[in-house]
Amino acid sequence: DTSCHPERVAIFGGTHGNEMSGVTLVNLWMKNSDEIQRKGVEAKPFITNPKAVEKCTRYVDTDLNRAFTPENLSAPGGDELPYEVQRAQEINKVFGPKGSPEAYDVIFDLHNTTSNMGCTLILESSKDHFNLQMMNYIKKAIAPASCLVLLNEHPLLKYSTSRSVAKHPVGLEVGPQPQGVLRSNIFEAMRVILKHALDFIELFNEGMEFPSCSVEVFRVSERIDYPRDANGNIIAMVHPNLQDCDWEPLNPGDPMFQTFDGKTIHYQGSGTVYPTFINEAAYYEKQQAFVTTRRETLVASAIGKA
Amino acid sequence: MEVDEVMCLPRLPRVAVCGGTHGNELSGVYLVREMLKVEKKVVEEEEEPVLVMIVLSNPRATQQCHRYVDTDLNRCFTHATLNGPMSDTDPYEIVRSRELNTLLGPKGSRQAVDLVCDLHNTTANMGMCLITYSDCDWICLHIFRHLQKEIPDIPMRFIHFDVSNKESYSLDSVGKHGFAMEIGPQPHGVVRSNIYTAMKGGVQHMLDWVRLFNSGTMFKGGFVDVFTMVKHIDYPRDSVTHNITAAIHPHLQDRDFCLLHPEDPLFQTFSGETLRYKGKEPLYPFFINECAYYEKGIALSLARKRRVMGFLVFKG
Repeated sequence: DTSCHPERVAIFGGTHGNEMSGVTLVNLWMKNSDEIQRKGVEAKPFITNPKAVEKCTRYVDTDLNRAFTPENLSAPGGDELPYEVQRAQEINKVFGPKGSPEAYDVIFDLHNTTSNMGCTLILESSKDHFNLQMMNYIKKAIAPASCLVLLNEHPLLKYSTSRSVAKHPVGLEVGPQPQGVLRSNIFEAMRVILKHALDFIELFNEGMEFPSCSVEVFRVSERIDYPRDANGNIIAMVHPNLQDCDWEPLNPGDPMFQTFDGKTIHYQGSGTVYPTFINEAAYYEKQQAFVTTRRETLVASAIGKA
Repeated sequence: MEVDEVMCLPRLPRVAVCGGTHGNELSGVYLVREMLKVEKKVVEEEEEPVLVMIVLSNPRATQQCHRYVDTDLNRCFTHATLNGPMSDTDPYEIVRSRELNTLLGPKGSRQAVDLVCDLHNTTANMGMCLITYSDCDWICLHIFRHLQKEIPDIPMRFIHFDVSNKESYSLDSVGKHGFAMEIGPQPHGVVRSNIYTAMKGGVQHMLDWVRLFNSGTMFKGGFVDVFTMVKHIDYPRDSVTHNITAAIHPHLQDRDFCLLHPEDPLFQTFSGETLRYKGKEPLYPFFINECAYYEKGIALSLARKRRVMGFLVFKG
């Protein structure tokens, strides 16, 4: 697909109100947008969940980053809807409508995680060649520093994100950072990734052609919950051998959880997987201790502006 | 041979272990839950058993996994708040502080528990810290020395807030003796196995010390390096929005208890400028970038360090 003309780009911060890198960057750029200006690119910084940002909490009524379902986007009820569902409808009007030709070309959605994931780009479709080329560009630009690509195309585990209203949704996830805390190294890392992303869009818009390339991705496979008792209480913690080991191979038989009285629970899968989102604070309530992924190489088609 | 100065202190029959004073500081929440599952009441082999009360301090905040519901519970234990007039519209935590004062106190009275150990986590890289209002409470100082000896692989510090008994505001001030056991770094809302194990060990060794003390063991004098809080430093803020305009400098981040000298980097503004420490005296920073302190106007705290010589203590 070479007919993509990216012009309208949005940068979302505060989709989760306590993920501080994105909140800080977007507030900065709303005051002064010099840093995100590029020729031929209209980059709009935007705080998606202002009430949650004000309270420094993940969400007020419901998770905004799960709220962009077709049912929610068309739900009647106005003021009586949960706050985030109302926000989803407003965002869909301004930056969408999702699935239509009027939708924004690219949306970057800025997130932090308590997991030791480093810099991660999140891809929602293995067939988005524009995004694959962008991610390849970013990875090469920041080398030897690393930036991995997480692909979530899983029919059951995939979810309706804020960025999904755009034609090319890009998630930026940088960790580890506690919720509510701003760490300067994490903040700068996210800033650099965005710089390269915008450079790519400018180059593409000016007519540069990007030849076909391979991109290594980690494809989401399975969600693993904490062991729980009959009342739903957690009875074990992520094992010290697994804690902070995002993206490292987890083999069948490896330690996975440690009960509160010190017993080890081992991984029982059939093959080697690459765990990520290990011990993310926000996922305790979503029944997720970590997610397993499998390594895959995707081929991005050549792209160039028609 | 030197003869230790000697202090004879009453035994400690009742000890309270409190978790979830802040509902999102999960090591204490889970440890208290686990201890309640295996709770043995008073039946011990030794002659002088210890009654261990295990308390989930802030159940509503714990259930929501928030620091607090209406107001910070760990600021609600001043005499004024505990004994002030009551009303139907009192914040949840003020009602709760009075309940805890009835259970573990009353603060300042002979019925108060002998020792309160209040469990906390911090996002700051502080290792294990015991935090108290006194730098001459020999019970707390000896417990600290015992933990240092029994858990040598964790950095451990003794922090002193020079606040009078009249002004003391935290849960640990309700007991005749008390301290907060603070362990980091851990994000709020997360339980890390290494941090949980450290806290479990800390509580166990603390209770072991109390049992040893109660059964007549003598503990020799020695010294403890005490960090006394001197002042706090806030983030630079926008005068209109009050939002922070800089982050803790990368050279300071995670360097709790590394001496900070005048002109050392403190903050990095969002435009990349370095802001430096302008104090005249080198001091020890701690609680560097603690999440809950943004709203209290504290980016870091600063302490002086001094060596306190301890007495030999035994139970009278």
